[in-house]
Amino acid sequence: MSSEIIQVLKEDGTVSPLFKKETDLTEQDLKKIYETMILTRVYEERSLKLQRSGRIGFYIGCKGQEASHIGSAYALKMDDWVFPAYREPGVLFLRGIALKTMICQMMGNAGDPTMGRQMPCHYSYKEGNNGSVSSPLATQIPHAVGIAYAAKYMKHKIVSLTYFGEGSTSEGDFHTGLNFAAVFKSPVVFICQNNQWAISVPVARQTVSESIAIKAKAYGMPGIKVDGNDVLAMYQVTKDAVERARNGDGPTLIESFTYRLGSHSSSDDAARYRPEGELESWEQKDPIIRFEKYLLSENILTPESIKKIKDDAEEEFTQAVKEAEKVGLPPLETLFTGVYKDMPESLREQMEDLINEQKRLGASEDNSMAFPL
Amino acid sequence: MANLTLLQAINSALREEMRRDERVIVLGEDVGKNGGVFRATEGLFDEFGAERSVDTPLSESGIIGMSIGMAMYGLRPVPEIQFMDFIYPAFDQIVSEAAKMRYRSGGQYTVPMVIRTPYGGGIRGGHYHSQSAEAYFAHTPGLKVVIPSNPYDAKGLLISAIRDEDPVIFMEPKRLYRSLKGEVPETDYTVPIGKASITRAGKDISVFAYGAMIPICLEAAKKAEEHDIDVEVVDLRSLVPLDIKTIINSVKKTGRAVVVYEAPKTGGFGAEIAAIIAEKAIEYLEGPVLRVAGLDTPFPYTFEHIYMPDSRRVFEAIEKVINF
Repeated sequence: MSSEIIQVLKEDGTVSPLFKKETDLTEQDLKKIYETMILTRVYEERSLKLQRSGRIGFYIGCKGQEASHIGSAYALKMDDWVFPAYREPGVLFLRGIALKTMICQMMGNAGDPTMGRQMPCHYSYKEGNNGSVSSPLATQIPHAVGIAYAAKYMKHKIVSLTYFGEGSTSEGDFHTGLNFAAVFKSPVVFICQNNQWAISVPVARQTVSESIAIKAKAYGMPGIKVDGNDVLAMYQVTKDAVERARNGDGPTLIESFTYRLGSHSSSDDAARYRPEGELESWEQKDPIIRFEKYLLSENILTPESIKKIKDDAEEEFTQAVKEAEKVGLPPLETLFTGVYKDMPESLREQMEDLINEQKRLGASEDNSMAFPL
Repeated sequence: MANLTLLQAINSALREEMRRDERVIVLGEDVGKNGGVFRATEGLFDEFGAERSVDTPLSESGIIGMSIGMAMYGLRPVPEIQFMDFIYPAFDQIVSEAAKMRYRSGGQYTVPMVIRTPYGGGIRGGHYHSQSAEAYFAHTPGLKVVIPSNPYDAKGLLISAIRDEDPVIFMEPKRLYRSLKGEVPETDYTVPIGKASITRAGKDISVFAYGAMIPICLEAAKKAEEHDIDVEVVDLRSLVPLDIKTIINSVKKTGRAVVVYEAPKTGGFGAEIAAIIAEKAIEYLEGPVLRVAGLDTPFPYTFEHIYMPDSRRVFEAIEKVINF
């Protein structure tokens, strides 16, 4: 069961008649999903250019995984929670974050709600119940379980959904998180975006299980493998899992079988380790192209409206960068505030010393090197 | 007032906070029905039920990771790590996640959580039931580290920790769990986090310590009194935030200092105290700042009593500084 792969939208852009009958997605929904996928793709392409021209320091992307995370997140209600890894910017768009805020985050300026304290793409967005991105893998998985436990305890009927990659399934927190959620029957949906590569290490070096989904069996929960480049299947499978969770029937593990079309990050070169021809074969399965075919064949979109959506996304990005680049650095004090609610005396002393030092000696020279990974 | 052991004082703090605030939840290994292997959570399961006195699967990282999520959602989890020696599987969750959440999210998310954990030697627990791991956590910005030495402080500090908005590592000196009794108010009271207490005032030399080392230092002070040395014993109570003022004022008064801790000597928290004294009060010193500490060995079994700082060793250090 868990090795079978669920698909709704075929690569030629056709869907099964059953889907049309059963889906609750309206044309408006489909358009919104498509627009978000396009914005996410544009965000990636343009951010990489910003990185290459030195205007941001780093970027970590999700090209090829737009259907996987946007299709699934669309199945949530706004008061549900999302614990992202770091390849899910589309979820933030769905949840209403301003593009400018995300760009300010990447620039680490005063428009970044996190005050330049983290590397680019490590967003926190509480207004959208979207957790806080950290670099260590799988740590967010037990957090998602804790949120779900707390919500259930407080009798809030919400669901907590967490994303991670197949590399994370080798971490202890993956095992712990799934096991805890199953034992407590917590309303959690676990989505493994199996993009085949953890930097340079292929999935065969993470596990010899026949799939990621099959691991669910050992935890006593359903495991479902789904075509992660099929946005409609991602939506449908996640929606079912969310409903199960909301109805008190416990967690589900979803393996989204997909592919990382880009390098690990702006500092990586996937050509060093990918077998010849692999990228090209997956480019044929680009989730955006497949979804476009469907939307065109159903007359939901036209070539003109598609062009407009793409142009609008480009323009929106251009404007947001323009705005973001007007924003200055965060005040130096923000280096010290927010470590604790109340600043300890010893830290206040360090802050005062540092502010005096910078006045006395002038601002320290910024001689950091470019991030190497 | 009731005459309680340190363990009973902790139990009383948990019970009262759970009665006062339904967001407070205890969780961990054996904390539910069994009331904890030391019985610190005894009776909570019966009074508050399995949902608030939670027996978890056996995974420290899971216990802390889950608590972080609970705290982010608005609860006040009080996870227990059965022995501090078992805290390391949760190290990443504590230092990379709980400690940094407020800072890295620009205050959007916070983790008000108290990690209770019995620490320290003197109970024949060998490598893995004896360690004092405070230095790792005191070295991590974003965490508070609190260590009571008596029943009154244990209850008052634990209540403060539960009401605190930041994650607190609450280290319980298990050697003193049942060996020490004291008067503890039955009502709700707090002892502020970040204030040291002068357990014994003196004018000749300051001895800085915390947790299970306090009774040992008091014993040494008594011995010193027989030799006409008037020792001031300062109970730090909280390592982060640290009450630097009280430390410096004490050194200014006595001109001499000994620091006592049972963790391995090198890189231990006592070195921080010595450095602060050197930075802020060196002109007042009439002798070296000495450390009486555990050895730079794994915690031993057979020779545990030799490893542990005792009053004899503390007294010799006091004498050495006085006679410098």
